Amino acid sequence: MIRFAHVTKEYPRVGIALNDISFHLARGEFLFLTGPSGSGKSTVLRLVYADDLPTHGDVAVTGISTRTLRRGDIPALRRKLGIVFQDYRLLEDRSAEANIAFAMEVTGAPRATIAPKVSRLLTQVGLVSKATSLPQELSGGEQQRVAIARALVNDPVVLIADEPTGNLDDRATRGIFQLLREINASGTAVVMATHNLELIRRSEYRTIELNHGQVVFDSLDQPVTPEPSNTEALS
Amino acid sequence: MRLALREALAAFHRAPLLSILGITTIAFSLFAFGLFSLVALNLRNALREVEDRVEIRAFVAEGTSVEAIAAAMGDIGGFPEVARVVYVTQDDALSRAKQDLEEFRDVLENAFLPASLEIRLKEGFRDPVTVQAVSERVGVYPFIDDVRYGEEWVEKLHRVRTVAAVVGTVLGLAFAAVAIIIIGATIRMAVLARSREITIMRLVGATDGFVRLPFLIEGFAKGVLGGLLALLLTWLANRTIDQYFIRTAFFDRELALAGILGGALIGLLGSAFAVGRHLRRV
Repeated sequence: MIRFAHVTKEYPRVGIALNDISFHLARGEFLFLTGPSGSGKSTVLRLVYADDLPTHGDVAVTGISTRTLRRGDIPALRRKLGIVFQDYRLLEDRSAEANIAFAMEVTGAPRATIAPKVSRLLTQVGLVSKATSLPQELSGGEQQRVAIARALVNDPVVLIADEPTGNLDDRATRGIFQLLREINASGTAVVMATHNLELIRRSEYRTIELNHGQVVFDSLDQPVTPEPSNTEALS
Repeated sequence: MRLALREALAAFHRAPLLSILGITTIAFSLFAFGLFSLVALNLRNALREVEDRVEIRAFVAEGTSVEAIAAAMGDIGGFPEVARVVYVTQDDALSRAKQDLEEFRDVLENAFLPASLEIRLKEGFRDPVTVQAVSERVGVYPFIDDVRYGEEWVEKLHRVRTVAAVVGTVLGLAFAAVAIIIIGATIRMAVLARSREITIMRLVGATDGFVRLPFLIEGFAKGVLGGLLALLLTWLANRTIDQYFIRTAFFDRELALAGILGGALIGLLGSAFAVGRHLRRV
């Protein structure tokens, strides 16, 4: 589904963000990406949705190397993915349902399919009663649910969540995590970048820990170069 | 297309102040250009009027037969540069002089003025070199005593015309460039104000063309509205000058339409450039 092969990402003024990392995400898998701030989690995600290209190595998503994509091919790749951010990235002047419908409209979905799908997604994320509410009328957890519903409009094969619970309290965090589990259970692979070790500890999902742009722990394999402080926290 | 139109209209609705600012900026930039164009147009008209008076006068020797004059007129009228040849008899010359020089009527009473051929040139052939060349060709007829065309005056007029054309082109381009830069900056502001929307569209898999289209429609619409407003302002300014100061001409329908289309084109290109630049970054 997603394959990183000896990927290095270097930014001109910042330096090395990722240093020779390799991993593979299987279809339908749930993966936690964790590590301290600046460890390279968001860079990994950006390379997945082709917002950036690796300096060395190769990133393949659904079998296609992002290096081989022309700019015009990127939208097609992103329609296979759902992307969720810590700051929700909703359009403030549109209702919850309009935000979700917008994602379908801009990808050219037939008009007749939009309303039923939006309704189904609102039901799935538990926000039917808030369909016409504007983002500022919703709590953080509810806004993130709208963002998740929007990410699901194209029936993605992978849902990418960059710190989706970073702005939420414990209760909302649990709710969002449960929603992501349900989405995963229905067959969608999920890659979730998070600082929340409690969530990781309480789940059985695979975890990759990054530090200084390197994979220092992968629960699927033996630790690569375990760093006592972080791996202890995870074990 | 339907969604793009809806989004473009919604942009006016969501940020009315920014839209008004954009349209007003386009309007005033085009208004400044319009005023300059109006000055250039009237200056060109004035010069053309003066130029219309450029003529060659070939004085005919006394006693020349009517047949010889008629044959020469046929020849000269066939020159590609010549618009019209008129034979002015001695009597016609005298009566014209009396009419033009009313205060010297007494002196002219018993005067003798020679007959002449009055030669008008076509537009585009009134420069000093052409006028002189035609004069020399007319002067070869044996019955032509003298040929005059106000050499110094024609040269001065040509110089004024050349300077006006160069200054007009340079200033016109400068005005147009300033208008394009200001309009481009305004449109860029509108694009930046919607950068979040663009980012979201890109993340959910909208193509560049799809993202671009509403902005192009918006830029085009703003350009047309700004162009119309500029035309109205220019018309009001022209009307005021025409009524209270000097007679002036206004743009004809084609020029007015060209102005509006120019505004639309600037709006369209400004949007394409601004959104294209933004898309390369997101």
